[in-house]
Amino acid sequence: MTTLKTSIGRRSFLKSAALTGGGMMLGFSWLSSCQSKTEEEVMAMPEAWFEINAYLKIGDNGVVTIYTPNPEFGQNVRTSMPMLVAEELDVNWDKVLVEQAPYHPENFGFQFTGGSRGIMSRWEPLRMAGASAKHLLRQAAAQAWQVPLEEVTTTTGMLHHQASDRSAGYGEMASAAAKLPIPEEVTLKEVKDFRIISTSRKNVDAKSIVQGQSLFGMDYHKKGMLIAMIVHPPAFGLTLESVDDAAAKAMPGIKEIVTIKSFPDGYEKGGFDTNAFPELVAIVGNSTWEVMQAKKELKASWKPITATTETINGFRGKETKHTPAGLESTDSHKAQIAEVASKPGKIVRQDGDPQAAFENAAKVIERSYSAPYLAHNSMEPINAFAHVEGDKATIAAPIQIPGFIIPTIAAGLGIPAENIEMEMPRMGGGFGRKAYAHYVVEAALISQKVHAPVKLIYTREDDMTNGIYRPTYQATYRAALDENNNLVALHVKAGGIPESPLFANRFPAGAVANYLAEEWSIDSNITIGAYRAPRSNFMAGAEQSFLDEVAEAAGKDPIQFRLDLLKQAKDNPVGEENDYDAERYAGVLELVREKAAWGQNQGNVHRGVSAYFCHNTYAAHVLDLTIEKGKPVVQKVCCAIDCGIVVNPDAAKNMAEGAITDGIGNAFYGELTFKDGVPEKSNFDKYRMIRMGEAPKEIDVHFVQNEIAPTGMGEPPFPPIFGAVANAIFKATGERQYDQPFLGDKQVLG
Amino acid sequence: MANFNLKINGKNHQLDVDPATPVLWVLRDHLHLVGTKYGCGIAQCGACTIHLDGVAMRSCIIPVSAVRDQAITTIEGLSEQGDHPVQQAWLEHDVPQCGYCQAGQIMSAAALLSDNTKPSDEDIDMAMHGNICRCGTYTRIKAAIKTAAKVG
Ligand code: FES
Ligand code: FES
Repeated sequence: MTTLKTSIGRRSFLKSAALTGGGMMLGFSWLSSCQSKTEEEVMAMPEAWFEINAYLKIGDNGVVTIYTPNPEFGQNVRTSMPMLVAEELDVNWDKVLVEQAPYHPENFGFQFTGGSRGIMSRWEPLRMAGASAKHLLRQAAAQAWQVPLEEVTTTTGMLHHQASDRSAGYGEMASAAAKLPIPEEVTLKEVKDFRIISTSRKNVDAKSIVQGQSLFGMDYHKKGMLIAMIVHPPAFGLTLESVDDAAAKAMPGIKEIVTIKSFPDGYEKGGFDTNAFPELVAIVGNSTWEVMQAKKELKASWKPITATTETINGFRGKETKHTPAGLESTDSHKAQIAEVASKPGKIVRQDGDPQAAFENAAKVIERSYSAPYLAHNSMEPINAFAHVEGDKATIAAPIQIPGFIIPTIAAGLGIPAENIEMEMPRMGGGFGRKAYAHYVVEAALISQKVHAPVKLIYTREDDMTNGIYRPTYQATYRAALDENNNLVALHVKAGGIPESPLFANRFPAGAVANYLAEEWSIDSNITIGAYRAPRSNFMAGAEQSFLDEVAEAAGKDPIQFRLDLLKQAKDNPVGEENDYDAERYAGVLELVREKAAWGQNQGNVHRGVSAYFCHNTYAAHVLDLTIEKGKPVVQKVCCAIDCGIVVNPDAAKNMAEGAITDGIGNAFYGELTFKDGVPEKSNFDKYRMIRMGEAPKEIDVHFVQNEIAPTGMGEPPFPPIFGAVANAIFKATGERQYDQPFLGDKQVLG
Repeated sequence: MANFNLKINGKNHQLDVDPATPVLWVLRDHLHLVGTKYGCGIAQCGACTIHLDGVAMRSCIIPVSAVRDQAITTIEGLSEQGDHPVQQAWLEHDVPQCGYCQAGQIMSAAALLSDNTKPSDEDIDMAMHGNICRCGTYTRIKAAIKTAAKVG
């Protein structure tokens, strides 16, 4: 049993009340109850609610509302987080309603979506919220019945005192419980006693989604609301010079055309204030279509930016950031990469004597890998609602990390940060993009200028050409084998524009006696940002393709080759700091080997394996590929994951399936190129996304069973799939894949 | 501007808009039927799929003036209780991740099944080709369509 100090209080004033006019956030409907129900079966509404703590209230009839703290973008935390509360509260899941908490860190802690850290960071606090509420209910019952607290037990929403044969529902004790002080310590359940955690529960929003209810930021509506759209420079390296808005202003339905500046002069930016185009023109009008038409008529002239050096208050404290001037192109990037990658990089780790080991090697293998820029392309384009009135602002926006943008909004508007109220509607995908919330600042500035509530909408083209991409990367690997085909040295040199993707302390570091890791980077004015499993999303594919090739050169089975290295890392680790648990890493490879029946003849099916550890979770894939008329067809992906305790197994499977499909799509087609600063793709006619017929025909997900505290699922299954695709293609065609995308616009390989 | 009388989900709606306005924006901005989604505006993603006289169409490229007396069905009107076999199958397979594409996916799937009660994998691939799911729920969508086909 774990006894923990509680860190939750009662709710202070819940700011969101002011936003109910929008009707979408607090206006939960009975349809969002956790079970599919017909109209007749819906839960009865309680007559009174009692707030037990910040995370939950209980109705007089025993219905429980749980406030889910983090924003939802498809990772299903609106189901899995309340499950943690409900487990410890010991309540019937059928009696639970879920509401999105508004942004209120005092009550709800750090509210964010990213880094696959949601469940991990909430694992104890949310269970504590449930356990402390249960404690209060038991206390209330003990007082009412005049019996010792230890003798009051619970079963799913009921309180009991066995000796006197008394029972009461939670609803009956909720009023008294709400008046008791929050306990200082609570005891959490043991894993073996879980009844909700580790059982599959359906997405609490599925019913609203399949009926097309208003859920997303894009759907937000408020009376008197105007629609705004922005016009940004057509190329990176340009900024606004002047605007001629006469023609646009004369278009029907147009109210105002304004220019905005996202940062006040001298504003010290935070790490998530990335913004290539801080000066914009905004067109504001009555309806989306009218504003879209006026946008075409707006005439703006653009001028080159000047190079800047600024200090940014980033994750690791103050950082200096250089932004060069000029219009960059994919071709010029390639030339720059070739030049920089050929020179020595910055050494970030060295074990043993790599130079001597390479000189004395029986065999040296050297291979280089590359990947292009990627656009996030969430299906819901960027948007934000803002209403600024005097020194107050009301915001509702799809946003991953509200806390990071509030200071910028406050500075831009010139109002105190505590006067900003923020709701977090469901996001139609984010993938990292909605962590960079410049669009919320823009919406707020526009609302302030036009003195009206506005919803800012990016067109798909605006969304795809506004920046904050997955960077372009390059890596060169070298391996030295001795005469017995043992891997005796490994050298990795990796870099990118504008950042290096390298993780020097990840596998195979620690498993090879002589190891050298170097990195480099090239400045750019094309903005980048986190994209599902940042950096890992390139390094995994490069590393796992390379290890496959080394295993082949050594004449070893690719899974056994990796397992041998992991055994070495476990028994005899090289170096001090190795960022992985070799045993758990080996565990997913062993599980996938067994579940995929690796090694058995698969007829015309070609198999590739790949494994990776990132974001605290281990994932391994075996991908089965056939070639039909030159076209690669993914028949099946078998996947093994170790993310500790799996909170909601079927939802976790859905995440893995999505990550696998997303990865296959990007490995085959994902690419954004530039010409003279202009992104060469701006919509889905050119930007190739994976579609139904290209998705794997079958995905088989398995979890390692253990009792380790849960870690994330959104990112970890994504990076290794790139390697599995590359390795399967090699088996099918005899050709190694070094440069993503493997197909691009082509339909067939080769 | 011009007057239009539209038949949407069995109800008549009068409105005065620019005849070039795509049905998508009429639904979303003028009638607040926001289940139909904007994803690309150029008939490439399927998020805006509706039925025009039962046929799946991309509402982002159909000007309101082209609708005439054809009946429009949106996700909100696919069934009264949200219990169309396709919607039920979606719940059974717990398909959605972010959910943004799903109304369009469901409308395409429902149209497919009304034409072809026993679609093959290839039929499904073809009918659903125009609907992007960025979250990658395709395997579940396909499984749900097959479940709905058994029921329907
Ligand atoms: S919005 Fe109509 S197809 Fe994309
Ligand atoms: S569920 Fe997110 S785009 Fe399909």
